[in-house]
Amino acid sequence: MRILKLFFRNAFRHKLRTGLTILGITIAILAFGMLRTLVNAWYAGVEASSANRLVIRNAISLVFPLPLAYKDRIRQVEGVTLVSWGNWFGGVYIEEKNFFPNFAVEPRSFLALYPEYLLPDMQRSSFLSDRKGAVAGKKIADRFGWKVGDTVTLKGTIFPGNWEFTIRGIYRGKDRSVDETQFFFHWEYLDETVRKTAPRRAGQVGYYIIGIANPNLAGEVSAAIDAAFKNSLAETLTETEKAFQMSFVSMTEAILIAIQLVSIVIIVIIMAVVANTMAMTARERIGEYAVFKTLGFGGRFIAGLIFGESLFISLLGTAIGIGLTFPVAAAFHDYLGTYFPIFFVEKETVLMGVAAGILVGVVAALFPTWRAVRIRIADGLRRIG
Amino acid sequence: MRVPVSYSFRNLWTRRLTTILTAAGMALVVFVFAAILMLAEGLQKTLVDTGSWDNVVLIRKGSQSEVQSGIERLQASVIETQPEVAVGEGGRRVLAKEVVVLISLAKRGTDKPSNVIIRGINDQSLAMRPQVRLAEGRLPRPGSAEILAGRSVAKRFAGTGIGETLRFGMRDWTVVGIFDAGSTGFSSEIWGDADQLMQTFRRQAYSSVIFKLSDPSAFDAFKARVEADPRLTVEAKRESRFYADQSEVMAKFLRILGVSLTIIFSLGAVIGAMITMYAAVANRTAEIGTLRALGFQRRSILAAFLMEALLLGLIGGAAGLFFASFLQLLTISTLNVQTFSELAFSFTLTVGIVWQALAFSLVMGFVGGVLPALRASRMKIVDALRTG
Repeated sequence: MRILKLFFRNAFRHKLRTGLTILGITIAILAFGMLRTLVNAWYAGVEASSANRLVIRNAISLVFPLPLAYKDRIRQVEGVTLVSWGNWFGGVYIEEKNFFPNFAVEPRSFLALYPEYLLPDMQRSSFLSDRKGAVAGKKIADRFGWKVGDTVTLKGTIFPGNWEFTIRGIYRGKDRSVDETQFFFHWEYLDETVRKTAPRRAGQVGYYIIGIANPNLAGEVSAAIDAAFKNSLAETLTETEKAFQMSFVSMTEAILIAIQLVSIVIIVIIMAVVANTMAMTARERIGEYAVFKTLGFGGRFIAGLIFGESLFISLLGTAIGIGLTFPVAAAFHDYLGTYFPIFFVEKETVLMGVAAGILVGVVAALFPTWRAVRIRIADGLRRIG
Repeated sequence: MRVPVSYSFRNLWTRRLTTILTAAGMALVVFVFAAILMLAEGLQKTLVDTGSWDNVVLIRKGSQSEVQSGIERLQASVIETQPEVAVGEGGRRVLAKEVVVLISLAKRGTDKPSNVIIRGINDQSLAMRPQVRLAEGRLPRPGSAEILAGRSVAKRFAGTGIGETLRFGMRDWTVVGIFDAGSTGFSSEIWGDADQLMQTFRRQAYSSVIFKLSDPSAFDAFKARVEADPRLTVEAKRESRFYADQSEVMAKFLRILGVSLTIIFSLGAVIGAMITMYAAVANRTAEIGTLRALGFQRRSILAAFLMEALLLGLIGGAAGLFFASFLQLLTISTLNVQTFSELAFSFTLTVGIVWQALAFSLVMGFVGGVLPALRASRMKIVDALRTG
């Protein structure tokens, strides 16, 4: 108990310096937590994907469609339980900065495949029965103030024209890892309109999503589907939903790596700051350490003193930093929710922050300890300031 | 009387460990600051250099990129007959009807795929883009399944080196040449014969029409007339503007990320500098008293300590910039979210960024040093001498 008091007293001998150091650590841990959360947000799509779903797209690339006629042949493949299809619509609501993902989907199979999108029964049936109906996520509905029954117009970028929809439902996620910023409508509405305006583009789907009975057979089912369409005009590429989402992440990998690097750099910077504080403190107290040694305290005690103080300061800063991460992340989410629909602090991030705090405390104490333990009593007493 | 600069400098030298730690912290901040500015600059430079001012790009109204766009043959012919189109050698119009699609290719060494732009060109496409030149091999013969790969593509994607083949659309395509487009977006593209590619991809419509203006100043009138033409549903942009727009979202994202990171980092570094300078002042109380007793004025003391802090910042800034300048050797390739395709660009250091980074490091030194220096200058001679 007494030694703890000693740490405390020692740490606050220079109130200003310690205060500044703690502030520095707080900022660093806060930044570290935010950057980690940002990286996690990047992977949100991968995390949310289900092992029971496969995505089929055109082998050339995502911008090429697949014929709707494939659906029956896909259904015949063994292990396939459900076939759904859709198109990335890419519509713009009023202006480009209001971005949210919007898809034309086959509604019945889509809702069956995605049980994590919760929709009240009433809204579900009214959505299914209205061909111009649409379902929006809770977050975008709140953002634009949409209510069930409202009319929403999207400007098409891939499919030209202004498209009118009636909001028939507002879905919520089963848990917080579900993206609540998406917008879905009937694929048939899209197809019928396209049939009139650009007949050649009708009967084409952007992707198929299928449900499989046994996730362990995903590889076999994918191979069977791809083999069925080999050497056709539209060859397919089937992969698990996770792999599909991962391909988007890996395309922006460079930025992701940069952010991860930066989150380490900030820990290094703060290490330099704390190490500096500890080095100064120890230098000023060399005389005291010599006195301790004269009184018979061993090198281990002095080492404990320095380590204890260093850890005390760094952990105090870490605690405040982690405490602040949660409200700041919430504020960040409110502000930039469009770019990162899923943004919450994970338990792992907190643990990593604590580990970083301990690391900083230990590393900062190493060099001063080495110096303080090694110094000879006479030299220590002789030394000035 | 002024305290000589060497006093400040030698003070830093005496406390080497502390100076190095503090300057290292600042150097890292300046490094990150410069790196992100260089990245955003590189991205924008790449896309701005891609377009020429006197070329016009037409895409379908409402579509944001060439990949999303579609221009029917009939509409393309209407555009071709406009009087603003420049006439080149042999009386041919300097106009290209191009088709642009994305194909998914695996990177060399990994099986991770990424989207690459493949552009169907005609005989005028090269003439219109003087920044593109053939570096190796030969041009594809018109009407054949031969393609040209951009330098960045050939380096990074499997099957795109000279003599190699790619398979898509039930055909094998042989790479017969590599073109160098400098640091422009074209280096991240693959070019082939437009008609062959349209046939392969079963496309009836072009993606975009690009032409050279015979009179560069006639653009506004042309744009107004073409966009009002009931036969056309197109949008006209100068090529330079068109590509600059495509870097907007990414550059903005990088800048926001960079600025917020730098602000957070600089807080850490400023705190470090402040701690160092406060300690420097506290350790030297007696020395300051002596200086004052010798007749140096408060102002001179303030200046000396500020000078020390500024030197600290400058050392950090110079070190950070030194290391950041090596980043120019790196090329980053990432997905441009606006075109959904891979784009290679490199860190670009400009004189402006050098000045910004140095100014930033001086500001950090100043902010960290001003309070401690004030404290030093306010000491009473008698008190200061007594504490020693």
